[in-house]
Amino acid sequence: MKWLAHLHGVTCAAILALLPLPALAVESIVAGLSQNRVSITADFDGSEILVYGAVKRNAPAPDDPIEVIITVEGPATPVTIRKKDRRAGIWINTEAVEVDAAPSFYAVATTGPLRQILTETEDLRHRITLPRVIRAVGAATEDGGPDEFIDAMQRIRLSESRYKVLQGAVELTEQTLFRADIVLPSNLTEGEYRVRIFLTRGGRVVDAQDRVVGVRKEGLERLLFNMSREQPLIYGLLSLLMAAGAGWAASAGFRILRS
Amino acid sequence: MQLYLPIAEVSVNAFLLLGLGGIVGFLSGMFGVGGGFLITPLLFFIGVPPAVAVATGANQVVASSISGVLAQVRRKAVDFHMGTVLLIGGMAGSGVGIWVFQWMTRLGQVDLFVQLSYVLFLGLIGAMMLQESLRSWFRSQKGGPVRRSHVHTWVHGLPLKMKFRASGLYISVLPPLAVGALVGFLAAIMGVGGGFVMVPAMIYLLGMPTKVVVGTSLFQIIFVTAFTTLMHAVTSQTVDILLAFLLIVGGVIGAQIGTTIGVRLKAEQLRILLALLVLAVSVKIALDLLLRPSELYSVVPGILP
Repeated sequence: MKWLAHLHGVTCAAILALLPLPALAVESIVAGLSQNRVSITADFDGSEILVYGAVKRNAPAPDDPIEVIITVEGPATPVTIRKKDRRAGIWINTEAVEVDAAPSFYAVATTGPLRQILTETEDLRHRITLPRVIRAVGAATEDGGPDEFIDAMQRIRLSESRYKVLQGAVELTEQTLFRADIVLPSNLTEGEYRVRIFLTRGGRVVDAQDRVVGVRKEGLERLLFNMSREQPLIYGLLSLLMAAGAGWAASAGFRILRS
Repeated sequence: MQLYLPIAEVSVNAFLLLGLGGIVGFLSGMFGVGGGFLITPLLFFIGVPPAVAVATGANQVVASSISGVLAQVRRKAVDFHMGTVLLIGGMAGSGVGIWVFQWMTRLGQVDLFVQLSYVLFLGLIGAMMLQESLRSWFRSQKGGPVRRSHVHTWVHGLPLKMKFRASGLYISVLPPLAVGALVGFLAAIMGVGGGFVMVPAMIYLLGMPTKVVVGTSLFQIIFVTAFTTLMHAVTSQTVDILLAFLLIVGGVIGAQIGTTIGVRLKAEQLRILLALLVLAVSVKIALDLLLRPSELYSVVPGILP
């Protein structure tokens, strides 16, 4: 049966290949990543993903230039956005908006200004620019106009380098070869990081590709993290034992030093 | 040297953590305060998430307190009877405190409540201590008549009297129980060991000699913070053992140095310095509440409970 299913898949692919392609789809992406997994070890201090590739053509390139957009999106987590206000002379948190899922990391690198190389419609469809990515999740949670809250989150996370807009960071050579370095910060959240590569011409997406980079804690980090989740009581007692041991050792050590 | 912390999920300079631990340990050994009211804000400042900072700070305080107590025990400056009585009161008080804390969380103003309690209690205690210690310092400078170490008041008329040999006191167990309960209550609400409340309360309310106050306070703090650490590890899983380890290594060394310097200083000087420290933290938090923050919004991962 497995064999049959496989055959079925092959047939489908063959049929798809035979279908007349839209005129624009003569260009496609051949891409690679420098690494498809990132290990967080004790000395982890950020990482870099090199995204590289080439534009494959069946026909000579049209006159208007090809553009490349690369996005890297970290796993989504729920967030709470709070706003402070002055009440009776002191600044306190008055309002809060909860967002079900906001990407913990998002970087968008391009060959040129996003406004010129991507139309609104295409952005809406593929959710490429930062406001689109955040809006898409924010809109689902609150209807009482959380716009200023979402803007604030975007502003704060941009300043923390959790979100990055790197216009012009993709190098494109001879309208064919492209590469971009995306720096991942040291405060990474574990999970699957989705890398998307888009080719656009005249603001329209002509081809897109999806890749996944797995970010995982390894070694000591993995061991401690798992233990804190699976054996919290033993982990807690171990923390206390370590504290007691260190406290005693320091006291004993200093007594020897003094005498 | 950068080090990635597995629970806090941030990369921090290891020497910075050793230094922070050292400073807090130093103060802890010198004054007999756990240092929780200092380490937690400092950890926020270097980018550790608040929940992890609170829980890991408690774990660090356990170590520095043990180190400090051992140094004080050799000096016979720990009143174990008094410490145990205070601890019993403390456990009861912290039980009530945790309940009030949860109630405030449901009302959604727990941050403000915590900050206001910091300003109120630190300010009040700091001012009281400063005023008293300055007065007795001036008196000792002039060489005037020495005041009696404690005055007999209605407190001494209460029943259930007990001998506290190390403190040279023969008083009812009710006042220490009440002080312990008050401190336990505040500790649970403010997420600290409560040393800065305990030390002045022992000196001014119970009339204990300053010599035994530091050791006895540390003795009691060990248990309160150990309990807090364990609770955090089990319920919220926010204790970062690697972060705690670095803070502790710095902290225990700092505590030993602090204790050595502490015994060389005069009791009044020690109290003036502690009062100034407590007042400084109080003013800092008050300013945070009063001045317009540069960013009105804050983003916290996770959904409000």
